[in-house]
Amino acid sequence: MSGNEAVARGAYEAGVLWASAYPGTPSTEILENTAKYKEIHSQWSNNEKVALETACGASIGGERAFAAMKHVGLNVAADPLMTIAYEGVNGGLVVITADDPGCHSSQNEQDNRNYATLGKVLMLEPSDSQECKDMFKLAFEMSERFDMVVLFRMTTRVCHSKSIVELGERQEPKIKKYVSDKMKFAMLPASARLRHIAIEENLEKARAYAETSPLNIVEYNGDNKVGIITSGISYQHCREAFGDTVSYLKLGITNPLADNLIKEFCEKCETVHVVEEGDGYLEIGVRHLKLDCTGKELITCQGELTAEIVKTSLTEAKSEPTYDFPQLKDIPARPPVFCAGCPHRGFFYSMSKFRDKVVGMGDIGCYGLGWQEPFNCEETCVCMDAGTSTTIGMANALKNQDDTRKPLGFQGDSTFFHGGLTGFIDAVHYNTNAILCILDNDITAMTGHQLNAANDTGLMGEPVHKLNVTDMIYATGIDKDRVAVVDPMNQAEMDGALKHAIETDGLQVIVTKYPCALLKWDIQQRAGRHCVIDADKCVGCKMCMKVACPALAFDDGKAHIADPAACTGCGLCMQNCKVGAITKVGE
Amino acid sequence: MANGKNIILVGVGGQGTILTTKILSAGLTELGYDVKMSEIHGMSQRGGTVTTQLKYGDKVYAPNIGDGEADVIVGFEKSEAARAIPYLRIGGTVIADEREIYSMPVLTGAAEYPHGILDDLKKTVGEDHVKVIDAFAKAEELGNTRVQNIVLLGALVKVLGIEGIDWVELVGKMVPAKVRDLNIEAYKQGFAMV
Repeated sequence: MSGNEAVARGAYEAGVLWASAYPGTPSTEILENTAKYKEIHSQWSNNEKVALETACGASIGGERAFAAMKHVGLNVAADPLMTIAYEGVNGGLVVITADDPGCHSSQNEQDNRNYATLGKVLMLEPSDSQECKDMFKLAFEMSERFDMVVLFRMTTRVCHSKSIVELGERQEPKIKKYVSDKMKFAMLPASARLRHIAIEENLEKARAYAETSPLNIVEYNGDNKVGIITSGISYQHCREAFGDTVSYLKLGITNPLADNLIKEFCEKCETVHVVEEGDGYLEIGVRHLKLDCTGKELITCQGELTAEIVKTSLTEAKSEPTYDFPQLKDIPARPPVFCAGCPHRGFFYSMSKFRDKVVGMGDIGCYGLGWQEPFNCEETCVCMDAGTSTTIGMANALKNQDDTRKPLGFQGDSTFFHGGLTGFIDAVHYNTNAILCILDNDITAMTGHQLNAANDTGLMGEPVHKLNVTDMIYATGIDKDRVAVVDPMNQAEMDGALKHAIETDGLQVIVTKYPCALLKWDIQQRAGRHCVIDADKCVGCKMCMKVACPALAFDDGKAHIADPAACTGCGLCMQNCKVGAITKVGE
Repeated sequence: MANGKNIILVGVGGQGTILTTKILSAGLTELGYDVKMSEIHGMSQRGGTVTTQLKYGDKVYAPNIGDGEADVIVGFEKSEAARAIPYLRIGGTVIADEREIYSMPVLTGAAEYPHGILDDLKKTVGEDHVKVIDAFAKAEELGNTRVQNIVLLGALVKVLGIEGIDWVELVGKMVPAKVRDLNIEAYKQGFAMV
């Protein structure tokens, strides 16, 4: 099982009844797998804050609940986290943060262990799939026992690595009766001051528990010359690098820290190294106790660790030798690209024709690929939802330096629901001089087709009310003549909408409506449709190649369809052909 | 690692590297090994390079493989096989398909595809250490290019010398029922190609 599958299994075994999440790599498969256990109500939320708040409601109401998100998602959910931490729980409540050291698919590599001390919540860190399942189960018991929220901290390698897991039985869910208790669950100054006292007491109780908990493992080896304090995946790297030649203190509970255990370990070992990915989080805990150790001066805070990095950083060992293969530099890059038939290609190809008239401001999603050649359309990208709101400040800055370019923000349907809508309301309210584009493709595509508010089916297959992006835009009361709804694959229509939006003062909105090329129901509908290129007519002008479609190739002075099975017959290349060599078949 | 090996499988999104790794994991587990497999999702699904790593042995700790630590590299596409060379242990083996899939810089003519890269590779790591398997062509011959991955699996099982279980039955169990026989044939053909 992968770590994500194991967590879902742990939720099942723990008798969890509520699970919510917003998709984000590497956390996405947790909720997808939880939904396979029909006993657990699983649903996608519009964003991580909503996911955690719904889970808070379920916990206060008396059932075991969790919310899952990627590391940057916890920034969105930080507000409820900081206060539910004061309130504590009724049914056990666990928040999963899936961190991404190495930025495999994220905009930063923040170390969310820091949230545990900031929020005063318990924190557990599994190091393989078995621990994911077992510790997740235990997390609910600890949450209820100490009346605290548990932050369950995973990393990409823990989420996506597969290892063998022994399964257990499901514990029948026991719903705790909800009893009104406003001094515990309604945080106002009077109650919050008292809860702060309670939570500090609970932390100390949990610290005493951590001193003897089986989740913190001590292993003395090799005359205790060298001791390593570590947690999570870093433990596995250390084991790989040093086997049983060194002593280990492997911490499963990383907030609160078992101070006495750490002291005892440091006293017994001659040299102590703290090995951890990301920040010197454990190192600060050790140094706080005025104990000697090495930490970030030896182990990098950048990227992912490997056994090799650990070994070469702590010892004189050299890296494994590798082949010198000079031809490596001649292998062309293979950057991810928009799929054949992707509606974003139509949008960005059109936008690239107006590049000097706009400042492209992006968001988190597949459209981030608009950053690359040949489109070069994304100049800024801060975080999810920023595709709308950053344009508001940029419009002011451009105006103040007499720059006539107009900020053009773009985001998708899922990100619009995620929180783009709030920035959008400001843009309408202040009539920002910007162009806001919602690239509506009917799905949360980037993370692998999770359903969102624009779909009529829930994660568990239940029918749900479908919302319409355009209706919500109109609901702000914006003048209808400021809104264009277009087919991005129709370049005349798309170009016309952008030209009008650039030339017209004030806020202009463009909604592109076209389904993601990978949508199952769309694939069925367009089955058999593809383009063909008449080699006799092709003059080799390469105009069709400008749309950068992976289904097209150019050999011996002629364009051809490289892979008819990949071509969706979207017709974008066809519109660029001046000699009519491309036609669509199979419609 | 005692009694084990580190394997890297590389290809392009959609080539079935992940299913291949899953079947390999299941077989190695059945053989009694501890197995860890690591895959990276996310942006790689949009036509980028896909890499999965698998380690097996008596006991496996870290799931990922560092530079110079892979015993075998299986390249589902030849330039991707070559790109993974920094991972190869000195004396390790490369199994590479002749298949060429052009990335966007090649399709647009901005870069040239290195057609002769496997010959360069042979010169660097030694003729005996590069096993070129025309798995895609074999799959085409069998009537479905999608079984390229299972042809390569057959070759890999042979190279690793892990024939101790009924791989044919396992393959049959782990692929969709309607393409079961085709995949079994692909496995057998791949096994015979080394």
